[in-house]
Amino acid sequence: MLETESLTKVYSGSKGKRALDQVSLKVPSEGIFSLIGMNGAGKTTLVRILATQLQPTSGRASIDGLDVMKDAGTLRDRIACVPQEARTAPFMTPKQTVLSYLLWRGLSYGEAGKKAEEALAQVGLAEQTNVLNRRLSGGTRRKVLVATVLSSDAEVIFLDEPTTGLDPISRRDLWNVLAGLAKDRFLILTTHYLEEAERLAGAIGVLHKGKLIGLGTLDELRSTVRYQYSLMLPTSEGVPPVRDGEVTAGSSGQTQILTNETEAYEISKSLLDRGMKFSMSRTSLDDIFFHMVHGEGEETSA
Amino acid sequence: MRPTGWQVLAGIMVNAFYAMKNYPIMMINTVLSPLSFLIVITFVSKGALIGEAIEGGLIMSMFQAGTSLQGDLSHYKNDFKLQDMVVSTPSTPLAYVTGMAIGEIIYSLPAIAVLVVLAGIYIHPDLGGALQLLAVLLLMFLASVTIGFTLSTFSSDIVQSFAFSRLISTLFSTLPPVYYPITYIPLPYRYFAYLSPTTYAAEISQNLTGIVQFDTTTIATAWIVLVAVSFALLLVSIRKARWREI
Repeated sequence: MLETESLTKVYSGSKGKRALDQVSLKVPSEGIFSLIGMNGAGKTTLVRILATQLQPTSGRASIDGLDVMKDAGTLRDRIACVPQEARTAPFMTPKQTVLSYLLWRGLSYGEAGKKAEEALAQVGLAEQTNVLNRRLSGGTRRKVLVATVLSSDAEVIFLDEPTTGLDPISRRDLWNVLAGLAKDRFLILTTHYLEEAERLAGAIGVLHKGKLIGLGTLDELRSTVRYQYSLMLPTSEGVPPVRDGEVTAGSSGQTQILTNETEAYEISKSLLDRGMKFSMSRTSLDDIFFHMVHGEGEETSA
Repeated sequence: MRPTGWQVLAGIMVNAFYAMKNYPIMMINTVLSPLSFLIVITFVSKGALIGEAIEGGLIMSMFQAGTSLQGDLSHYKNDFKLQDMVVSTPSTPLAYVTGMAIGEIIYSLPAIAVLVVLAGIYIHPDLGGALQLLAVLLLMFLASVTIGFTLSTFSSDIVQSFAFSRLISTLFSTLPPVYYPITYIPLPYRYFAYLSPTTYAAEISQNLTGIVQFDTTTIATAWIVLVAVSFALLLVSIRKARWREI
């Protein structure tokens, strides 16, 4: 179980501004727990405290009963972290990168070399183990960093924005690696890409201005906002009247209607009767996040 | 208890072997600084100060290892986030710094090897003198490494860190009378030289090899100051360096 209790962080020189403000949460230590939030929401601060890299100002945090302050020595045996903006050293090869990391974890040279090769093969880099990192693409270098923590026997892995800046293909490649990694480890993943959290995470925490404003599965978060359904239809064909919902005309020529289940059923029935093309889905994490951060939208009738 | 020897090896591999293997040109810089001073001092003194220059080169090499460590640790910490990755492992700060520091020494080996050969030719100290010289150099190394590590843990910007590194190197190993006898400095200014631990190291080494003769009190004071400063810096490092940030 990952637990925090009134966790607060005020950086020196920040004039009392709270980077984390009384964050309390309880999450089972299995699968992927994703932290989402805008820039400066406190995601990295929370991860760094949990990964024993940063002292909290007050409050407490523990992972599987081990306190991040009092039991840091024991905890460090069980955790591994790829920090935000971590980079591979350009003068090293992927194998050297992973091997040296494993030496720091206390493995012998022979064991580290063997595990490094296995981990790199697992992320699809068996052919590039001895190529200098500077010759690799950005996506491949990220995979090398993921291989470092994958190669360890850590049960809890922190990945702070591991896919930021990657092209869509590389990002999806990495998602597959992370999904595989989460089968027998607990991953704590921060991301700006809500689609990433939606696809990968079992539990999601929403941070905003240092406060935890939402926590739960996607369905649980969805149930906290007013509208659970989303309809997309071409603006040019006319938007039907909406009694209880939110209508947003996009620049792509599509209009989105966020509404409740009953209203979604009635609108879709009327659209079908008119022979209009439309799509209906449950509200995405994007919509949920937007509403949680900006508060519920005003009722709109069209 | 985990074998910290492997953790020390990790630092040596990252900070010396991998970089030396892939970017050998970086070694030229570590050879160049001490040797260039040695050559200039020797030429200017028409060979009279070659002994001081060789000892100065050795002291500068050891001290430079520590100041380089500051720049390198700061680089790994801020640009690669390597220190954060290592903090979240069973490794200790001591294992991390020891490995990285030995890496710096290995980097300096070409310069040290040349200087040791020159010392054998021009100074030829006896065994006792050589051992005392080694102790002085190790204390210099300890002092500079602790300064380097402590400052690196406070730095958040590599440009700022390299600026500090150069400043410290100049203040402690270039300006003080490391390459020449302190008696060359006129008295009112001589006291400023005593603010640097490298001055005491130079006094001991120059006295050991008979280049300059100091009285017993001066040498005893130099040893006491050197040992005290080195261990005080070590203590400061243990108490103030930030492994886990606050």
